[in-house]
Amino acid sequence: MQSKKTVVSKMITYGMVILAFVIVFALDQSGLISRHMRSMLVPIGINIILAVSLNLTVGFLGELTLGHAGFMSVGAYAGCLFSIYTADLLPLAARFPLAMLLGGIVAAVFGIIIGVPVLRLKGDYLAIVTLAFGEIIRSVIINLNFTGGASGLKGTPQDSTYPITFVVILIMLFVIMNLVESKHGRAITAIRDNRIAAEACGINITYYKLLAFVVAAFFAGVAGVLFGHNYSILTAGTFDYNMSIEILVMVVLGGMGSIRGSIIAATVITILPEALRFLEDYRMLIYAVVLIIVMIVNASPRFTGMRDFLSPKTWIAILTKKNNGKEAA
Amino acid sequence: MLQVNNINVYYGKIHAVKDISFHVDSGEIVSLIGANGAGKSTIIHTISGLLRSKTGNIQFLGKDISKTEAHKLVYQGLAHVPEGRRIFLEMTVMENLEMGAYSQGKVNTNDIADVFERFPRLKERQKQIAGTLSGGEQQMLAIGRALMSHPKLLMLDEPSMGLAPLLVEQIFHIIQELNQAGTTVLLVEQNAEMALQIANRAYVLESGHVVLSGTGKELMESDRIRKAYLGG
Ligand SMILES: Nc1ncnc2c1ncn2[C@@H]1O[C@H](COP(=O)(O)OP(=O)(O)OP(=O)(O)O)[C@@H](O)[C@H]1O
Ligand SMILES: [Mg+2]
Repeated sequence: MQSKKTVVSKMITYGMVILAFVIVFALDQSGLISRHMRSMLVPIGINIILAVSLNLTVGFLGELTLGHAGFMSVGAYAGCLFSIYTADLLPLAARFPLAMLLGGIVAAVFGIIIGVPVLRLKGDYLAIVTLAFGEIIRSVIINLNFTGGASGLKGTPQDSTYPITFVVILIMLFVIMNLVESKHGRAITAIRDNRIAAEACGINITYYKLLAFVVAAFFAGVAGVLFGHNYSILTAGTFDYNMSIEILVMVVLGGMGSIRGSIIAATVITILPEALRFLEDYRMLIYAVVLIIVMIVNASPRFTGMRDFLSPKTWIAILTKKNNGKEAA
Repeated sequence: MLQVNNINVYYGKIHAVKDISFHVDSGEIVSLIGANGAGKSTIIHTISGLLRSKTGNIQFLGKDISKTEAHKLVYQGLAHVPEGRRIFLEMTVMENLEMGAYSQGKVNTNDIADVFERFPRLKERQKQIAGTLSGGEQQMLAIGRALMSHPKLLMLDEPSMGLAPLLVEQIFHIIQELNQAGTTVLLVEQNAEMALQIANRAYVLESGHVVLSGTGKELMESDRIRKAYLGG
């Protein structure tokens, strides 16, 4: 059912991620990666998971959500608490995957709780409600005891490594890319394209909105677990509004609905602040400016032409056409 | 086939449809005509489940559909071509037709061939992005998309809107052909002349009320209609 073009496009995405991993791994093995650079690999991976999953709601479904960090935090706490309590009972190989699964499921459940009432409504209520959710969940976690409160949750085993993160990225790409290319994915993009026409075709709008939203929340939760297991202490304050915005910037910068774009943008945006440490104070300002520039560029016909020329889609189209020609000959 | 009984539809405090009843029998073409804001689209939206009536009920093929969710109706054989050519602008012509077959589970290539036969223009443009089609082509696509669901009743909301006279004639001709092939049609139109010409029966709406009804021919000869809608 999948066209040749989408298969090629998927292969490029997998290839890009695998190649990046192989290069990093080889450099790491030969001792060419500094400790500092090494410490950034897991955060890069986490941001890739966050950006690609958010792209599912914002890019493919076309619903603005501002609470991705909130889903990440509930996943992080669920996974970390699980690991703390089972540290002596389970071997790492079982504990960590289970922690990630649990974190994802808890985040997904929150996704359902928020999505069921809100996604029925027409209009931009989702942005407001998810924004509120992120802020509320943060205060709740700070005021609870078993989460470590304001001083943070300590004692989580530091299980996150970049090869594990890489495997999670591959699994996520597999799930999300197959979803997007499936009949369900078509239904999701149809809703974004034209809600009334989608409904007239028999697409259950609420169901598919919820599906996309909950899958995105699930992977945000998994990213949260990786995040929690990467540091010795987990504080709720990390998962604030700014973090959600930062993930959104990655999606917008990488291009709505472009998975490869999200991967690249997440990598760049994770590395850039480190490289430009001296600009730290202006980070949010720079994001705002970047968002505005992206919007202007996206709207300008001259830039659209240039972007199309640079886009892999154009090249895939050219390549597949050539192949078709050969087959015919 | 379709029986609308005493529906009252509101937008907040605005009472847009006032106690309207009408019916469409199997095999008919029924037209709803009326000026801007008369409530035509509101009625269509209420039948297709996008809006709800405060009173009365709507029966389709003997079943009460007044509480059925919009997306389920197409499975029962009710297709809605909304006002303003609601197609998937970012998809190609072919993908639009495939989405039209969503309720069928599988895309039947014969159905696509049928649509292309009725609208040869769409066949030429099957790979074109729908948003770049001309207005008339988009209207053809919207109808083609609805046909992909094998409707028993086809509801068309102002298919002539914004089209050149020649194209209007072509679209109306196709509607008649579809009807002869067995599809019942509920047609909403401002173009009263065309709508009355092809209709078995018609209802005239004015500010939310049905003010007249009868066969297409009767209405075309009525003084009131000639003055208000047919320019003399
Ligand atoms: N979403 C809405 N909110 C408030 N009022 C509305 C809404 N939609 C329609 N109306 C009002 O309801 C009345 C009927 O509108 P409707 O769209 O059904 O008219 P129509 O007969 O289809 O007109 P047209 O021929 O211009 O399409 C109008 O007075 C309109 O202003
Ligand atoms: Mg209307």
